[in-house]
Amino acid sequence: MTALLRTLWQIIWGQPESKVETSPVQPESLAAPGLFELEPDDPLFDFLQHTSGTVELDRLNLDSPALRALCAAGVKLVAPLVSQGELIGLLNLGKRLSKQDYSNYDHKLLENLAAQAAPAVRVAQLIQQQQREAQAHERLEQELRIARLIQQTLLPKEIPHLPGWEVASFYQPARAVGGDFYDFLLFPDGLVGFIVGDVTDKGVPAALVMATTRSLLRAAAERLIFPGQVLERANELLHADIPPKMFVTCLYALLDPATGRLRYANAGHDLPYRRRPDGVDELRATGMPLGLMPGMRYEEKETVLAPGETVLLYSDGLVEAHNPRREMFGFSRLRTLVAEHVGGPALIDFLMTQLAEFTGPTWEQEDDVTMVLVQHCLPQAVELPASDQHQSWRNLVEFSLASILGNEREAMRQVGQAVQMLSIPDSLLDRLKTAVAEATMNAIEHGNKNQPDLPVVIQVQASPTAIRVRITDQGGGQSIPEPEAPNLEAKLAGLQTPRGWGLFLIKNLTDEMRVISNHTHHTVELTLYLEGEKNGSQTS
Amino acid sequence: MAAKHPEVKLRYQADIAIIDLQGEINASADEILKPAYVEAVATNPKAVLLNMTDVEYITSTGMAILVELLAQAYQANRPLAACGLSSHYQEVFQIIRMTDYMQIFADEASALSKL
Repeated sequence: MTALLRTLWQIIWGQPESKVETSPVQPESLAAPGLFELEPDDPLFDFLQHTSGTVELDRLNLDSPALRALCAAGVKLVAPLVSQGELIGLLNLGKRLSKQDYSNYDHKLLENLAAQAAPAVRVAQLIQQQQREAQAHERLEQELRIARLIQQTLLPKEIPHLPGWEVASFYQPARAVGGDFYDFLLFPDGLVGFIVGDVTDKGVPAALVMATTRSLLRAAAERLIFPGQVLERANELLHADIPPKMFVTCLYALLDPATGRLRYANAGHDLPYRRRPDGVDELRATGMPLGLMPGMRYEEKETVLAPGETVLLYSDGLVEAHNPRREMFGFSRLRTLVAEHVGGPALIDFLMTQLAEFTGPTWEQEDDVTMVLVQHCLPQAVELPASDQHQSWRNLVEFSLASILGNEREAMRQVGQAVQMLSIPDSLLDRLKTAVAEATMNAIEHGNKNQPDLPVVIQVQASPTAIRVRITDQGGGQSIPEPEAPNLEAKLAGLQTPRGWGLFLIKNLTDEMRVISNHTHHTVELTLYLEGEKNGSQTS
Repeated sequence: MAAKHPEVKLRYQADIAIIDLQGEINASADEILKPAYVEAVATNPKAVLLNMTDVEYITSTGMAILVELLAQAYQANRPLAACGLSSHYQEVFQIIRMTDYMQIFADEASALSKL
């Protein structure tokens, strides 16, 4: 019995789902024994799992490394600890101190003890396992907290406020925290830099590389003007320090808010989409991701963002999101959605709603989702008199056109398309289109002086009883001479120039024409009533 | 969308000069339509007929060029007529009262029978 009590403490908790750890007996010493592992593929494991009662090892005839090891360690008697049919440990006993064999009573006592100890041992094992898992989980959570902290500390706290522009951003980290980042750089000359990037890998390593890249880009952008050079410099410095197999995709765009000029370069990042009134295009520039190879060159492109245009920068977490059928959200879907929306900051909410619908409620976000949006706002039409506001007008379309003669045809087309749903008579539609074309030509020639960079902005609205079109040019602050009323007889007699019909036609083709000016813009507002009032009344 | 040049073709039917116009009548009609008119009247036709069946679009500048032709015809006491105008451009011609000084016909056949 003494031997039994002495050896009880020597049970070492095993791994129930795999091998069993036990300890050989050291009969002459109470010193802690070394661990003994019983592998699941050892014949002894199977034997002990399916045997009942105690086992005298001397009587076993098995080709078992574990059996040999136990015998060599002086173990004579083994009581398997079995819980719910699973071998979870062994009670190992050496020789009795009396040198006598174990009695039947001893065997019985040991069996009872093993039967009672096994559930308790199992509970203890489970508790220990849970503690280990909790510790591992806590370590992981701690890492994620650090990664999130690094990222969130370094993401911009404020959105740049640029007159005539809307800027918006969105960042939703995945649980594992990917390496997305974005940044806004404000320069003393009024230029604004936009950066969106994505570090390979996740967690703390990605966050640290993100922090480094952000600093390198900021430093490079302060010294260098051209986005291609900024990426080139950042690549050189990052390549020297970045851990193996890590790299950073990144897009850097530099905007001049005064002119809408946008210069950009791309280090392997997803191509931004630009939403225009007539569709969507990609802002394409080529270049390798940062940190992969030294000596890289980055193509630099330039464009002008016209009023009404929106540019969307984003990360692959958006396009690579999967639905439950493992289909990807994809570039094609994103491009279609960007084209469908009217643009502006609301585009971000729209895309997130569409993404949620696509992925479904059970979505586990695989990667960070980041979006940065830049919109060149349409010029605000001049404030209208209060008396005009009682009508409930709804916007049908707003678009802008470059000041190039011939674009009035595009104005006619888009206005015609916008009012199509109102099913107005053809005669009314033709009057509207011709009046819009004439007003647009005036805006191009006289308001914007045929300068292609200056946009003509056209807004089409409808109320239950009328259609209203506003044509705005950038020619505010100048006096508009009242043209001489055209007189056909005078023209036929050569006493008046044959020209000068534009305004006359506009006034006679529409029910109301108003001119509204402020110091920057000049708006011609045309109204046609849908019934009665004046339609065709001036044509006789 | 750049402005398109109109296309102009001159032909004669008996003693009527017919100028077939096609496409857009805009500012660029100035250098195409005016020479065509000069050429048309060189043979001293009884009348000049502008066939506008294939005209898609007339700007106010295009209207001014037509007014110039009408002024030349008016001063030379030569009838200038038009045919094939869409109902919308017939309305525009009425608004600027071109119809007071030139006859508008539905099509070429009716124009030739009445001029």
